Amino acid sequence: MIIGALLLLALFVFPLWNITLEAPQYPDPLGMNIWINKITDQEPNDIKNINLMNHYVGMKEIPEHMPEFDIFPKVIIAMSVMGIIIGFVGRRGLYVTWFVVMSILGAAGMYDFYLWEYEYGHNLNENAAIKFLDDQGNPLDYQPPLFGTEVILNFIARSYPSTGAYFLFSGMMLSLVAFYVDKKEEQKNEIT
Amino acid sequence: MKFFNYLLLFAVVGAVSLTSCNTGSSKKGNQGALGGNLAERVYVAPGEHDEFYAFISGGFNGQLAVYGLPSGRLFKVIPVFSVDAEKAYGFNEETKPMLNTSYGFIPWGDLHHPDISQTNGKLDGRWVFVNENNTPRIARVDLTTFETEEIIEIPNSAGNHSSSYVTDNTEYVIAGTRFAVPVPQRDMPINEYKGNFKGALSFLKVDPETGEMNIAFQIMMPGFDYDKAHPGRGKSHGWFFYTTYNTEEAHTLLEVNASQRDKDFVAAVNWKKAEEYIKEGKFETMKTNYAHNIYDEETHSAKTIWEKEVKILDPSKLPGLVYFMPMPKSPHGCDVDPSGEYIVGSGKLSANVTVHSFTKMLEAIKNEKFAGDAYGIPILNFEDVLAGTVVQPGLGPLHTEFDGKGNAYTTFFISSEVVKWKLGTWEVVDRKPTYYSVGHLMIPGGNSQAPFGKYLVAMNKITKDRYLPTGPEVTQSAQLYDITGEKMELLLDFPTVGEPHYAAGIPADLVAPNSKKYYKLEENKHPYATLSEKDTKVVRDGNTVHVYMTMIRSHFAPDNIEGIKVGDKVYFHVTNLEQDYDVPHGISMIGANTSEMLIMPGQTETFVWDATAEGVWPFYCTDFCSALHQEMQGYVRVSPKGSDVPLKWSLDDE
Repeated sequence: MIIGALLLLALFVFPLWNITLEAPQYPDPLGMNIWINKITDQEPNDIKNINLMNHYVGMKEIPEHMPEFDIFPKVIIAMSVMGIIIGFVGRRGLYVTWFVVMSILGAAGMYDFYLWEYEYGHNLNENAAIKFLDDQGNPLDYQPPLFGTEVILNFIARSYPSTGAYFLFSGMMLSLVAFYVDKKEEQKNEIT
Repeated sequence: MKFFNYLLLFAVVGAVSLTSCNTGSSKKGNQGALGGNLAERVYVAPGEHDEFYAFISGGFNGQLAVYGLPSGRLFKVIPVFSVDAEKAYGFNEETKPMLNTSYGFIPWGDLHHPDISQTNGKLDGRWVFVNENNTPRIARVDLTTFETEEIIEIPNSAGNHSSSYVTDNTEYVIAGTRFAVPVPQRDMPINEYKGNFKGALSFLKVDPETGEMNIAFQIMMPGFDYDKAHPGRGKSHGWFFYTTYNTEEAHTLLEVNASQRDKDFVAAVNWKKAEEYIKEGKFETMKTNYAHNIYDEETHSAKTIWEKEVKILDPSKLPGLVYFMPMPKSPHGCDVDPSGEYIVGSGKLSANVTVHSFTKMLEAIKNEKFAGDAYGIPILNFEDVLAGTVVQPGLGPLHTEFDGKGNAYTTFFISSEVVKWKLGTWEVVDRKPTYYSVGHLMIPGGNSQAPFGKYLVAMNKITKDRYLPTGPEVTQSAQLYDITGEKMELLLDFPTVGEPHYAAGIPADLVAPNSKKYYKLEENKHPYATLSEKDTKVVRDGNTVHVYMTMIRSHFAPDNIEGIKVGDKVYFHVTNLEQDYDVPHGISMIGANTSEMLIMPGQTETFVWDATAEGVWPFYCTDFCSALHQEMQGYVRVSPKGSDVPLKWSLDDE
């Protein structure tokens, strides 16, 4: 349980999510790494070049700072500390509670991410140089996928979890493992 | 009986012409792609990369062309000694100093012999050195940017042909003198050439970190014509060998008067000895004046340093510095095999290729067995240094390269062929025709200790009927041979830019990974750089106006400029703010009395525009940079002299 909680802290060392954009002109895709407290270039200047591409269709620049960057680290630290305490207390009911809370927070985080992506892909400058319409005649949106691969005009956008997410996921799984291991030990104790 | 004889003669002539016809057509048939899998072996599929870079000299175009092998595809033409309007080389304010010489700004040069830098006798892929024959200069091209970074003028020299070869560790790159001249230059009768004119051999020290060159010393030789040169390799490292012709010291009608002697010389220069003499102070310092032009990658600008003196060594007074080895009939090519033992001289008027032995040379020197001297320089006996002779391999031998497997390949200008022969046994193994009149040949690494003996490129002076005609002036060409087998195979013909003299080839993986993608903005130290749009401005200083402009997809900032007046000299200092691979922008302006500029990401360049008439004058991006390239344009308003229109600049009226 303690290890699981500690694994959460890897989110400060590794990015959570990764989005890449590949196009004929970008055989080496442009990419950005999304952390719990920042967004960074995959290769130097990638974000600058994503912004340059996107300004033609009126998309806003990728923000250097978002309120989430302040909130997420606090949440992660809080959950990690709580997990460690729970680990010491060693009550297995708490393990599963921690897992459920973490899952809710994770889902909330994903939802927040989706909202930002929606806003980023739909809220376009009305003076944009290039305006495309979809089949129904509505303005095309450029929302990147939350998870998976999607073709947006000349770009193939890929959005997948990154190293940090795998640590987070492993940490959460470990809390469940701790729950089951404890359960078995209790059963053993009851039998003997 | 007589009649019968005539008839016989006719029959013989007929048969001969028939056979030659046949061989002619079958020869052509065999070169065709259908003759085998030749097409496959030079085919580099779309999107695939070539195995080798080939840097082929442009000769009289003053440029260096970059090709891929085996495809023969042209990637870039690097301007070195000639202005290039496409790249603004020699036109923009930043590169004009590159072409400064003691004779002033020279827009043209004759580029001959590319040579790639080496470490331990192996190609290291850092720089290409090239020489200028007409106004003696040596240039260094950087292989991370594929741009000319340095040009140094060679004083006391003329016809810098025996140049620009590098030693095993690029300790030196050398320059020579093909046209002996009075040193120092002075007014004197031409027919007093003999004994009075000199041929300087220059040694340029190369900084192992930066590549920067400086003339370490000059050896002031007798007034022969120093034609070609090759450094010693391996065991002969520390020596340099030069072919000479016109040891007759003729000053007129050289085609006859310089072809009288049965043998001329190969000059063997002990440059390690020269270093000792320099250390001991046994040189004279001569006052002179020559240009040393250096391009700085961070200021994106070149500057000229005027060098004022050069150290001179006198070989007639310094024993052990130079020896002469007799070599038949006006030798041209001077080539040393990868082991450093064999020095191959090609007497262009001789039917044989003569090879001297470095070991035998040292032995003869040790025994002080001399045949005499020329201007105090000892002459060794021909027989004492001779290693062997390739007997009658062809007509007009010129240059030799090596495959590292014990074979040598020599070009024959007159008989128009490449001949493969064995080092040591001197037997001819194979011969293949060239189309036509081959000059140099190149095997990647073929003049180093470690050749990559897969391909051979022959460079032809004449093509006649080989390509679609283009009026009286037709292309020159290169020909690619596969040399992996016992017999050579002609794979491909491809046209070249300018006249291909020598070339240098190198495996792509020694160069491509270091190729720069763009210049970093944060490293831009150009005095007029503008690193962000908010820093753009227009500054007036009397009649001079400086525009600090930026470019990024797809606009200039500023793109509206007012307050310029008739008579103003307007400097456009333009910075490309892109930080992405392959996104250059260009700029030019109506009536600009100069070339366009093609500015790489992160780079700053400057052109001058004279405001000569009132009006509103457009400028635009000259390189199709992006989807809205056509919109990348702007205006300059020019008002009358003395007008009170204020200086104003804007983008989107802000």
